[in-house]
Amino acid sequence: MSPPILQTRDLTVRFGGHVAVDAVTCDFHTGQLTAIVGPNGAGKTTYFNLISGQIAATAGSVRLRGRDIGGLSVAARTRAGIGRAFQLTNLFPNLTVLENVRLVVQCHAQQGFNLWSMAASHRELTDRAMAVLERVRLADLAGQTVSELSHGNQRKLEVALLIALDPAVYMFDEPTAGMSVDEAPVVLDLIAELKEQSDRTVLLVEHKMDVIARLADRIIVLHNGALAADGEPAEVIASDVVQEAYMGRDLEDV
Amino acid sequence: MRAVLSGDMPRSRVLALILAVILVALALAPFLFPGVRTVDTAARICVFVVLVASYDLMLGYGGIVSFAHTMFFGIGAYGIALASTHMGRGFDALIVGAGAGALVAAALALVIGLFSLRVRAIFFAMITLAVASAVAVLVSQLSGLTGGEDGLTFQTPRALSPAFRFGDSLLGVKLNGKLLVYYLVFVGALILFLLLLRVVNSPFGRVLQAIRENDFRAEAIGYRVVYYRVAATCLSASAAALAGSLYAIWLRYVGPDTVLSMEIMIDILLMVVIGGMGTMYGAVIGATLFVLAQNYLQALMGSASGLVEGVPVLPQLLSADRWLLWLGVLFVLSVYFFPTGVVGRLRQGR
Ligand SMILES: Nc1ncnc2c1ncn2[C@@H]1O[C@H](COP(=O)(O)OP(=O)(O)O)[C@@H](O)[C@H]1O
Ligand SMILES: [Mg+2]
Repeated sequence: MSPPILQTRDLTVRFGGHVAVDAVTCDFHTGQLTAIVGPNGAGKTTYFNLISGQIAATAGSVRLRGRDIGGLSVAARTRAGIGRAFQLTNLFPNLTVLENVRLVVQCHAQQGFNLWSMAASHRELTDRAMAVLERVRLADLAGQTVSELSHGNQRKLEVALLIALDPAVYMFDEPTAGMSVDEAPVVLDLIAELKEQSDRTVLLVEHKMDVIARLADRIIVLHNGALAADGEPAEVIASDVVQEAYMGRDLEDV
Repeated sequence: MRAVLSGDMPRSRVLALILAVILVALALAPFLFPGVRTVDTAARICVFVVLVASYDLMLGYGGIVSFAHTMFFGIGAYGIALASTHMGRGFDALIVGAGAGALVAAALALVIGLFSLRVRAIFFAMITLAVASAVAVLVSQLSGLTGGEDGLTFQTPRALSPAFRFGDSLLGVKLNGKLLVYYLVFVGALILFLLLLRVVNSPFGRVLQAIRENDFRAEAIGYRVVYYRVAATCLSASAAALAGSLYAIWLRYVGPDTVLSMEIMIDILLMVVIGGMGTMYGAVIGATLFVLAQNYLQALMGSASGLVEGVPVLPQLLSADRWLLWLGVLFVLSVYFFPTGVVGRLRQGR
């Protein structure tokens, strides 16, 4: 197997006396979709925060393509290839849908320090942003202010920003939470498409077992911050840890 | 037209009309309103439009609160004064003074920004307050260089002095150096304003807006927030310094009270809020309304109090000495009725 693109080594963070992520050692390989499961408060979001740099680790390391990125800022990690969508919607509320996505595309095109040209007249940037909006079925709402969107559409835009970023490592934190039954499939299909692109790595925090069974190549289970299980989906779902902890129900019911 | 305005159209017919009226009035001020006082008011409006617009670049677009804006304004003004004093009157002194002022302002903004914006945006506000106070004290102490509390009076190029005549008169207006200075100030301010308009509508301006909206996410999509904030601060500081230079050229005098006082800082804040934050056109409206009120409210009230003589209480309330009270009332009312500023209100109600 090729060397892992992303690795965490004994990654740990303590909040006061509480160990939220406890010495998690895990490798992620290019082309793999890994589902991360565990009850609420297990430390899944915190684990993501450590990888994308929103919080600093108490101990342990994060490596991207073999290089320790523990000292890099969030922005630097993003540009190095770690992209993140958030569990709690985290957008630019008073800008339009199109402008939200265009900001991502523009950063990619390294136009951020362009002081002179008109932002709205960059055709290729606008086209690329519109293409992303088509994919998440938000193109009709391109001109709307984000704060006026429904919750479901805001969740879609959250995903759209990550798609526009097109990082080497995609991190989705409960992307379909709070979406209606007809909205969720659009997002799940997009994630399935990413899986088809063999050079993309996906980390997905998700509670719905049917979704995980359909998409995941591998499941890791976090429990009280520690890695409790890691393996093939069928194997992990059947394992004692998961059976005992969740008794076969959807993980979110726990 | 779109290119000149950088694609940022007024987007409201009333707003477009008001802006056009202000532009024409300022462009023709010496001919439409001849008189020392009125032309002086027009020049002050030009200068304050740029000063307020440059502050809005930081506050309304970047979400950065600074109390050092008058300091940058003062640096540009003192740049002109010092260069003109030491190099002698001449256009070279004006260019050197304005250039040096803008550079020093940008350098100072860079240092303050790198030092404090890394930490927290609120820390920046506190540091600017401290630095601005320190500079104000320094300027009044170093009286050998700066003239201290008295300030500096200096001469600008002969062509810009009232004694210089280049014709008899046009439409009853004397063609002298004072007219030329007015147009120097007007054209300079117009160019600076259009440049600022361009910056806020550029990709860079969009990033600033994104940072104001949600700096956490801006960082997470790959923007190094600190660098953008520092860059915005430097640009804003240089523009403020250039506005200060124009003001000094107009007044041929600089002093702590005229270009450095905390009062001006408060005026800037009021003008930004009245006009509307995050819209460059708000600076035009805010500065115009405010400078006009400052200059004419007192006179207006004086005559109003004369009219209501004999009625109890009213004459006292309307006495010219109470003009600050009424300015405050106007401010509270405008914030209450136009929370997004005059421009925000006009754009909503289109
Ligand atoms: N910034 C923080 N400060 C203190 N405690 C935190 C912080 N972030 C997360 N935690 C705690 O860490 C634990 C794991 O939280 P989280 O990672 O959000 O869980 P999950 O995403 O798996 O539901 C929780 O007990 C939470 O209260
Ligand atoms: Mg979570």
